[in-house]
Amino acid sequence: MNRTSRLERGGTPPLSHAPSGEETSSIGARMRSRLEAYGFLSPAVLLVTLFFFIPVIIIFILILSDLKSANFGTLQWWLPVNWSLENYAKIFGNKFFPKILGNTFFYVAVTLTLFIFSSALLIAVLTTHINRRAGFFFRVLWLLPRLTPSVIYIMMWQRMASRAPHGILNQLLVPLGISTGGDLIQAAPWLFVIIANGMIGASFGMVIFTSAIEAIPKDFMMASKVDGASTWQTIRHVILPSIKWPILFVITYQTLSLLTSFEQIMLLTDGGPGLYKTEVWALTAYHRALSNYFGNNQWGYGSAWAVILVIIGVAAASIYMRVFKFDELVQEPKIDLL
Amino acid sequence: MKVKLENLSKRWGKVVGADCINLDIGDGEFVAFLGPSGCGKTTTLLMVAGIYKPTEGYIRFDDRVVNYLAPKDRNIGMVFQSYALYPHMTAFQNISYPLKLQKTPKEEMKKRAQKVADMMDIGHLMDRKPAQLSGGQQQRVALGRALIKEPQLLLFDEPLSNLDARLRLTMRAEIKRLQVDLGVTSVYVTHDQVEAMTMADRVAVMKEGKLQAYSPPDELYDQPRTLFVAGFVGSPPMNFLDVEVVRENGDYHARRKGFDAVVPSDRGEKAAGKGNVILGIRPENITIANVGVSGEIYVVEPLGRDDLITVHIGEASVHVLSDPTLGLRMGQTVTLGFNTHKVQFFDPQTEKSLLWMD
Repeated sequence: MNRTSRLERGGTPPLSHAPSGEETSSIGARMRSRLEAYGFLSPAVLLVTLFFFIPVIIIFILILSDLKSANFGTLQWWLPVNWSLENYAKIFGNKFFPKILGNTFFYVAVTLTLFIFSSALLIAVLTTHINRRAGFFFRVLWLLPRLTPSVIYIMMWQRMASRAPHGILNQLLVPLGISTGGDLIQAAPWLFVIIANGMIGASFGMVIFTSAIEAIPKDFMMASKVDGASTWQTIRHVILPSIKWPILFVITYQTLSLLTSFEQIMLLTDGGPGLYKTEVWALTAYHRALSNYFGNNQWGYGSAWAVILVIIGVAAASIYMRVFKFDELVQEPKIDLL
Repeated sequence: MKVKLENLSKRWGKVVGADCINLDIGDGEFVAFLGPSGCGKTTTLLMVAGIYKPTEGYIRFDDRVVNYLAPKDRNIGMVFQSYALYPHMTAFQNISYPLKLQKTPKEEMKKRAQKVADMMDIGHLMDRKPAQLSGGQQQRVALGRALIKEPQLLLFDEPLSNLDARLRLTMRAEIKRLQVDLGVTSVYVTHDQVEAMTMADRVAVMKEGKLQAYSPPDELYDQPRTLFVAGFVGSPPMNFLDVEVVRENGDYHARRKGFDAVVPSDRGEKAAGKGNVILGIRPENITIANVGVSGEIYVVEPLGRDDLITVHIGEASVHVLSDPTLGLRMGQTVTLGFNTHKVQFFDPQTEKSLLWMD
């Protein structure tokens, strides 16, 4: 009695089962488990299809059409007859095209270099080399700009930079003779666009670099100190090479995110002052497609701007991967035995 | 270079890492810090290295107090258990890193790295990254890096723990030979008593942050000053029996239920009349004999050269190293002879030796 029950539990297949019967039942079971899997996947698939794939297809048709508020309902934009590369001719022929392109590169490069990379790395390195609690406190401070809603955050900057005697910055700068008391954002729009965005962006790199630095085995730091390195030499020769991968990630990710972000600029300067002074690519796409003069939203034209931006982003990402030798970073180490 | 630790303590709040350590290391001496994990040996080493700042006390290098000297200014070399080779650098770059930091000219750097590599027999591996090296090779690179700037003090933090048993034996001999050849003062942290005993000129045994003993290996073995040292040093470990030592007809007897042994008077007199004391005797000092204490064999463990047998004597049990050719079996009754010239006595309260503490 005991023995039989043990055998059954042991899982040895009883011989009486015909192999064919077993096969069909296992196919049935497999079908069922597959259906279950698709069942669980279907909401996600539906969402991705509805809100990503279909819009992408529509966008690729839109960029070939001249759909705008003015002809909405009359233009049959989905018919190939109404497709052309007109939008691209308009973009490259636009006399502000070089200005906008230059603005975009300037904005991304300067914000990335000064804040998202350098400041983030500096904060991460400094706060991991001081008292742990103090380090934590300073990192939390740097997260505040990111935690503040954009509109409030930008309004704070506008108040700080406003005319004397209201703006706090003017109260400091006028007595020093640096400012004449006018609105500082009007006087130096790029400075404020870059600082306001950079202070938000810095926290991203800071968090990633901090965790990467904390993850470096303490033995490396000790070994480096004993080998005769100063703190700066340890940072340069041990810490930085150890966080090459997070650096690549932060730079790539933040380049793409800077290229496509525009809401802070829109709230702060709206591309001004004057004509296209701080207008970047993403903001142009937004202005053309969704916020045009007299309410004439040029959806097709705006989409064409946006699609070029995507291409620029992909190109930038692949250049970074080359420069940082992405292949080597993900390669398996070649261990051979003695 | 001589090293002197004076009342050296390290505390983090209430946690005590090292507690009032006093010891001298002579010029060119090889000293091992031995103890179980958490005994403060690595803490002490890291204070000597300058990674930790002492809470109290002084570290002197040749009479100069170096408490606040940065590690880079101490002219020390260190080998880590994890090897701590920089993964993005080749073996050559790892070895020459200390010279690079000193801004040594390229030519000299190459020459000296080559010399160290030849000494460590890793010349053919110089352009490999650590991930492409075996454990033993990494160990040699780490040793090379510690040696290249010709340090006045070498520090080893359990350097052989990650190697397999065979390689450990080879490296043990190599490190010892290297240390003698170079004549550089060395501190070697280990939890392996065999490493400590075989390599060091003097062994500092530590427990719970305190220095328990500091003496040459044979003295540590023959004249343990505390119960902890007696039990920690030696493998298989020393046997301990609760006994009472009494004087009868001019002889000193160590007695407990089912056990009576005559001990030499020079040792017996120090333990007599003290009530219950702890008798310690090493397994190799007990033999199977014709006369003596009888007991029953509980288990026989063949070790190859010897059999380790556990014998129950009344309620106590002792380990004995015996000749495998005797063919002893479990359950057999044997008579044990005790080489009482080698017995130790300890005070059960203070756990200090009654023989070797003044």
